[in-house]
Amino acid sequence: MNRRDLLRTSAAAGAAAALPRFATAQPAQNRLLKMVPQANLTSLDPIWTTANITRNHGHMIYDSLYGLDANFAPQPQMAEGHVLDDGGKVVTITLRQGLKFHDGEPVRAQDVVPSINRWMKRNPFGQKLATVVDALEVVDDRRVRFKLKRPFPLLFKALGQVSNSPAFIMPQRLAETDAFQQVREAIGSGPFKFKADEFNSGSLVVYEKFADYVPTPNGTPSLTAGPKVAYMDRVEWHIIVDAATAAAALQTGEIDWYEQPPPEIQQLLRRNRQISIEAIDPLPLTGILRFNHLHPPFADKKMRQAILPAINQEEFMQAVVGTDASLFRTGVGLFTPGTPLANDAGLAPLMGPRSLDRAKALMREAGYTNQPMRLIGPTDILAPAAMTQMGADLVRRLGFNADIVLTDWGTTVTRRASREPLDRGGWSMLFTSFSSVDFVDPAAHYPMRGNGTSAWFGWPTIPRLEELRDAWFDAPDLAAEQALAREMQTVAMDELPYVPVGAYLSITAIKRNLTGRVPGLALFWNIRRS
Amino acid sequence: MFAYIVRRVLATIPVMAIVALFVFSLLYIAPGDPAAVIAGDQATPEDVERIRQSLGLDRPYLVRFGEWVFRILRGDLGVSIFTNLPVSLMIQQRIEPTLSLMVVTLLLAVTIAVPMGVVAAWKAGTWIDNAVMSFAVLSFSVPVFVVGYLLAYIFALELDWLPVQGYTPFSNGFGPWIQNLILPAVALGSVYIALIARITRATMLEVLQQDYIRTARAKGAGQRSILFLHALKNAAVPIVTVIGIGIALLIGGAVVTESVFAIPGLGRLTVDAILRRDYPVIQGVVLLFSFVYVLVNLAIDLLYTLFDPRIRY
Repeated sequence: MNRRDLLRTSAAAGAAAALPRFATAQPAQNRLLKMVPQANLTSLDPIWTTANITRNHGHMIYDSLYGLDANFAPQPQMAEGHVLDDGGKVVTITLRQGLKFHDGEPVRAQDVVPSINRWMKRNPFGQKLATVVDALEVVDDRRVRFKLKRPFPLLFKALGQVSNSPAFIMPQRLAETDAFQQVREAIGSGPFKFKADEFNSGSLVVYEKFADYVPTPNGTPSLTAGPKVAYMDRVEWHIIVDAATAAAALQTGEIDWYEQPPPEIQQLLRRNRQISIEAIDPLPLTGILRFNHLHPPFADKKMRQAILPAINQEEFMQAVVGTDASLFRTGVGLFTPGTPLANDAGLAPLMGPRSLDRAKALMREAGYTNQPMRLIGPTDILAPAAMTQMGADLVRRLGFNADIVLTDWGTTVTRRASREPLDRGGWSMLFTSFSSVDFVDPAAHYPMRGNGTSAWFGWPTIPRLEELRDAWFDAPDLAAEQALAREMQTVAMDELPYVPVGAYLSITAIKRNLTGRVPGLALFWNIRRS
Repeated sequence: MFAYIVRRVLATIPVMAIVALFVFSLLYIAPGDPAAVIAGDQATPEDVERIRQSLGLDRPYLVRFGEWVFRILRGDLGVSIFTNLPVSLMIQQRIEPTLSLMVVTLLLAVTIAVPMGVVAAWKAGTWIDNAVMSFAVLSFSVPVFVVGYLLAYIFALELDWLPVQGYTPFSNGFGPWIQNLILPAVALGSVYIALIARITRATMLEVLQQDYIRTARAKGAGQRSILFLHALKNAAVPIVTVIGIGIALLIGGAVVTESVFAIPGLGRLTVDAILRRDYPVIQGVVLLFSFVYVLVNLAIDLLYTLFDPRIRY
C-alpha cells in the first residue's frame, strides 16, 4: 500500500465512522421490530399469572382453539370446526391439519385436553365452564369432545378468551403442570417462538418468527381471530423503565414502538411526524372506586350511595389522560362503553350537576359521625395512582376522617387482600382499572361479583347480581343478554359493589412506517414495515 | 501481611452472616406479598392463597430461614419466584453491565479528577482553582438523572452521536461497548469527579506546605516532579480512601443511571426485585453487594501499604 492509498483508505474509514449510527443499518432491519412493552416480562406462564404483559407474551407464542374478533364473536383459530350433538350437550372440536409446536412436535388432541383442564382451574370463564362439563376427552389425535351437563352457548367464546389467562394450548408435558405452579418452558404453537437463550428479564425479550406456523385460511385479521401472519423475522421487547428515555429511543429510531407512553410524553411525541399516536385498543379501560363491604363505613349501602353525587367521572379521567375529551368516556356503567352490553340503566346518580354538599347531606343521613376510613393506593402505576390522588382529595373534601395510605403497587396488592378491620390494618376504599375485554360481559367481570367472601377484594354480598350473572350464561341471544345487562347494572348501581369513575383509552406510540397493526392489544402478527 | 489478609477474609464470614440474617428478617417483616403480585389484579383471595402455598410462603420463619441458609452454604442462591431462573444466572446476566459502568466511571473520574485537584492546588487562589471548584460545586448540586437527561438530549437526540439507551456486551467489540457507556459514565462520574477533585486539592494543599516539599524545591526538583512524585504520593492515602468509598457509593448511584440509560445491570435487577417482592433475588443481590463492600475495603487497606510504607499490618 503506498502513501496515497493509505490516505484514501483512512479518509474512507473516517467518513464511515462519521456517518450517523442509523445509516449503517442493514436491510434485514426491515424485518426486525423493536418495542418497549408496558411492563417487564417476569413470568412466562399466562395461566399461572394474569399479568397483562404475560398475556401479551402468551399471544406471541401460543395459539388457542378459537379467537375472538373485534366484535367479540368467536372464530375458529386452531380449530378447523366443530360439531354439536345431543342438542348441544356433546361438542366435538377438530384441530386444523399441520399444526406444530415450536419443538417440532405435532399439536394433538392429547395436548388440548390437559391445556383446557389447566385453564379451567384458573380462568373465571373456564371455572364456570367446568361446572357444566361432565367430561373432556380425546377422540383421536385431531379431535376433542366436550360432554356437557347442559348446552353451554358461550363455550366457544370461553375458549377464545383474549385476556385474563386465555385458553392457550401447550404441549401435554407442560399442560399437565399444576395450575398453581409455573410451567418450566415456554413452548407453544403460535406465530412466534420465544428465544429462551436471549431472555434477560428486565432487559430483553426476543421472539423469532415460527417458520412452520400455518395461519388459519379463514377470515381476516381481527383481534385474535383470522390469519396470524408474521411478517417480522424477529421481535425484540426492550424493557426501558424510564419514560423519557423510551421516548428518546423512539425518536432516534432505536426502537419502533412504545406501547404505553404516559400523557406528558404523548404530547412530546405528537410533534414527531414519523410517529403515530393512536389508541392501542379502540375500546377504553374502565376505572373503578372499590369499597370494602366488610367493615364500616362502607359496609352500609347508604354510605356507599352517599358519595355518588360527588363523583365526577370527567375529573377522574382528566387526572388519568389529560383534558383531551376524545381520550376518555363519561356516563360509564358496568360494561365497556361501545360494546353490546353497555347501557345507561341506573346511572342517573352519576349524571347531571355534581354536588359535594348533597353528598355531605347524604353522609349525615346515613349516620356518618367521623368514623375513620382508609384509602389505599399505589404511586407507581399510572392510572390507579392518578385516580387514587383524586379520590384522596375527594374524601378529604367530603369531610371523611380519612387515612390515606400511598405505597408501591406490591404493597397495595398485599394490603387489599386484608379482610381485617381498620384498626388491624384493613382498608375501606381503593381505585384501580380494568381492560376493555374484562368488562365486555359478566364472564370475566370480577368487580361486579356479589359472592361474598369468594368475591374480588372488597367482598360484596349481592345475591341478586349472582342470579342475574348465572342467567346471563344461559341467555339464548343478544337481546336476552342485553336485557339482563340492564338489570344487572340497575342492581349494581343501587348496591354499589363499586363505582365506575369513567373510562379512558390506552394510547400507544408507533412508527408510521409500521402498518397492519391489529387493534386491541400489543399484537405482532400482520405488522409490516412499509 | 498474608496473615492479615487471611484474618480479614475470615472476618467477612460473621459480617456476611449478620447481613444474611438482617436481610432475611427485614424481608420477612416488610409489607408485600409476591403471591399477590403474581396472581394479578383480577385474582381472587383464594387464588392468592393457593399461590402462596405453592411457593412455600406460608411456612414458618425459622423453617424458611433454615432452608435458605442451608442452600447458601452449598453455594445455591435459589430460584427467582417470578422468572423461575436461578438467581446466580440472573446475577451473571446483570453483572457485566454494572461492572462495565463502574469501571469506566471510575477510570473517567480518577483520570480527570486527580489532575484537576492537583492543578487546582498548585494554582490555588487563581482563576483555574476557582473554575475547578465551581465545577465541583455544580457537579455536586445537579442530580445524576438531570445530567443524564441533558447528555442524552444533546449527544443522542440532537447530535445523534451516541445511543440513548441500552448496553452492548464487551464480547461484541470495544467500539459498541464503549459507545453505550460514554453517556452513563459521564453522568454518573460527574459527582465522583467533583468529590475526588476536591479531596485531592485539599490534601495536596496540605502536603505542599510540608518541609520535605520545600527541601525538594531547594534541591532544584522540577514542578512536575514535586507535584506528582513527592506531593501526590504522600497525598494518596486520603484520595484512595475516597475512591474506595466512591466504589461503594457507585453501586447505589448505578441504580439511577441504569434506569435513565436502560442498562440491564444489578441496580435495576435489585429495584425490580424489590418492587415485585422477589425474595430470593433481593437476598442474593444484597449478599453479593455486601461481599463486594468487604472486599473493596480490604483492597483499600492493602493499597495504603503501597503508598505509605510506614503502614504495616
